[in-house]
Amino acid sequence: MNAYSYTVLIPLIPLFVFLLTGLTGHKFKPLVSGLIGTAGLTIVAVLSYMTAISYFWTGHVEGTAYESVKAFEITWLNLTEFLTIKLGILLDPIAVMMLVVVSTVSLMVHIYSIGYMKGERGFHRFFAFLSLFTFSMLGLVLATNIFQMYIFWELVGVSSFLLIGFYYQKPSAVSASKKAFIVTRFADLGFLIGILMLSFMTNTFDFQTLVSSDGPAITHTGGMAFMGLSAITWALIFIFMGGAGKSAMFPLHIWLPDAMEGPTPVSALIHAATMVVAGVYLVARLFPVYALVAPDALTVVAWVGGISSLFAAIIACTQNDIKRVLAYSTMSQIGYMMLSLGVSGYGGHDGLGFMAGNWHLFTHAMFKALLFLGAGAIIHAVHSNDMREMGGLRKHLPITHITFLIGCLTIAGIPPLSGFFSKDEILVAALHHNKILFAIEFLVAGLTAFYMFRLYFNIFWGKETHYHHTPHESPLVMTIPLMILAFGAIFSGFLPFSELVTSDGLPFEAHINYAVAVPSVLIGVAGILVAMVMYRKSTAIPDKIAATMGGFYRGAYNKFYMDELYLFVTKKIIFRYISQPVAWFDRNIVDGTMNLIGNTIVAASNLIKGFQSGKLQQYGYVFITGTVALVIIFIFLWQR
Amino acid sequence: MTGNIPLESFLVLSTLMFFIGIFGFLTRRNLITMLMSIELILNSVNINFVAFNRYLYPDNLQGHFFSLIIIAVAAAEAAVAIAIIINIYRNFKSIEVDQVNQMKN
Repeated sequence: MNAYSYTVLIPLIPLFVFLLTGLTGHKFKPLVSGLIGTAGLTIVAVLSYMTAISYFWTGHVEGTAYESVKAFEITWLNLTEFLTIKLGILLDPIAVMMLVVVSTVSLMVHIYSIGYMKGERGFHRFFAFLSLFTFSMLGLVLATNIFQMYIFWELVGVSSFLLIGFYYQKPSAVSASKKAFIVTRFADLGFLIGILMLSFMTNTFDFQTLVSSDGPAITHTGGMAFMGLSAITWALIFIFMGGAGKSAMFPLHIWLPDAMEGPTPVSALIHAATMVVAGVYLVARLFPVYALVAPDALTVVAWVGGISSLFAAIIACTQNDIKRVLAYSTMSQIGYMMLSLGVSGYGGHDGLGFMAGNWHLFTHAMFKALLFLGAGAIIHAVHSNDMREMGGLRKHLPITHITFLIGCLTIAGIPPLSGFFSKDEILVAALHHNKILFAIEFLVAGLTAFYMFRLYFNIFWGKETHYHHTPHESPLVMTIPLMILAFGAIFSGFLPFSELVTSDGLPFEAHINYAVAVPSVLIGVAGILVAMVMYRKSTAIPDKIAATMGGFYRGAYNKFYMDELYLFVTKKIIFRYISQPVAWFDRNIVDGTMNLIGNTIVAASNLIKGFQSGKLQQYGYVFITGTVALVIIFIFLWQR
Repeated sequence: MTGNIPLESFLVLSTLMFFIGIFGFLTRRNLITMLMSIELILNSVNINFVAFNRYLYPDNLQGHFFSLIIIAVAAAEAAVAIAIIINIYRNFKSIEVDQVNQMKN
């Protein structure tokens, strides 16, 4: 038992709440499940803050590195000497940071959902699933070994499936949840291959052993090189494939926009703040191995992140569904985080990318959850997702308006809000590493400001739409989380992050590089101004630009036809040339053999059936003949 | 008091009776006639027991006692068989073995 043993309660409380509300929630009034869930999450949040304060400040000696602490571990499966699967809790800077993020955002979503989901069928089921998700996510971030992380990775996928398909009577929701689960499961195939390769080469699953500088991973030599990359690089690339699927990186991003079919609090919790950053967390967890042994894998990570963020930003400029704009925005920001990790080095100031990526994860969780919950309040008021049906809402929804504006300014990177600090550090890290990636991210920063303010102006300004019934401000239970998250979005930029979360645990000083900061703010402001000119009053400019860009605009509006491409590959190629022959083989040859054996036996038994005529005398005859024959054989013929 | 009749004559007699009984059991159509054949078989066994007792162990009586038991068993068995035949007649309205083949196949 050590000082952090109480952290075992942190994942267990949501599990208990899940079982309680799932099994008995329907017997009580719906509000009871909501209150139980919220109460459990409050305790979890308090414990997480206690852990964070104890780990980062009170329990830590000034100036030394932050060590990883194994707070709890039990052996689950002891198979052989090398293969042991343990479950436990590992605390290190990124784990404690994620604890704070997950518990805070989950608590805000719980409080918000009490108001948002009021009156819905299955209210208690919603809170049960939210607790299941929180349990899975906490288990994932606190995992001590990569196998435990994989177990909880899948659990998180299941929770996401259950929550996206929450309105199970809507066919679009059902197919969206299937799509999400299948795409992430396919990515997890790569993850599993990576895990097996890595553990085969290093004989361990444990994270502390894998990232230790004299451990088997970092001192690993040997293993067959393939196509110029070492075996351990390939293992890490496969592991990254799992992370790319979960984090909706190109080309495994197709599930994220469709996942907006779920209720908005689900989108806020899972597809903005927590689950989709699991891929980033995975790379961060194994970062010493990536940085010291397999820098080529980091190049892959950086480029995938960069391409995803540009791809998503372009598409977000054309979408009309407000949740889809936010979904593509999430994909773009996660691209930032991946790129930041990819361009990072290891140790001290070289690890700036690592620190910045994690900082952006923290601030992004706050402002993206804020934006999604605000979108939920808007949808709740207007009963529509389409921004073309909105306008002039700033008069009707004042609190939502202010908090949404704060969220948009944060994501656009306007100082002194938090988004400016984290995004700026990412741009500095990218500039030192690769000028092309820096240019991509610089452009994306401008696009981000543009499409977010396009969204903002279309909803809150523009022409006054005639509403069927006047939209009203959301109740307090929905606006208080918005205000708390806005507070977090404003002030989390002032955290001394570079002294807390770094690649090797040692704090370092990070300064604002004005050569990068000033242009990035200017391009953000430029994006805002362009959006203001185009959308503040309803004008014909957007349509004219769309017409001028013609094919490119159509491509972006149709998400660059990625879904159609996937459908083509699966239906015309995989189904026709692989699945159908296999199915034919199974039906005709495998089943045919079984049927053949069965039919042969039936025919044989039909022959034998003739012996049973039902005539007593025939039975007697056979019996006596047999007896006589045996007597003759045994008494007369058998010569002893 | 064996006289001049050799043991083998009794054995031949009982063997003949046995196989006549078996032939009757396997060939006759009427159930009661089959019952009569069974009695023939049992009686042949009785003759066997008594003959062996008299010729080989004249001072003992086990053979005679056992044939008394066989007579009793045959009587009981005949009673049960008649009861079954009566039930068959009530169900099938006939006492020919060919009609009682519902257990076929």
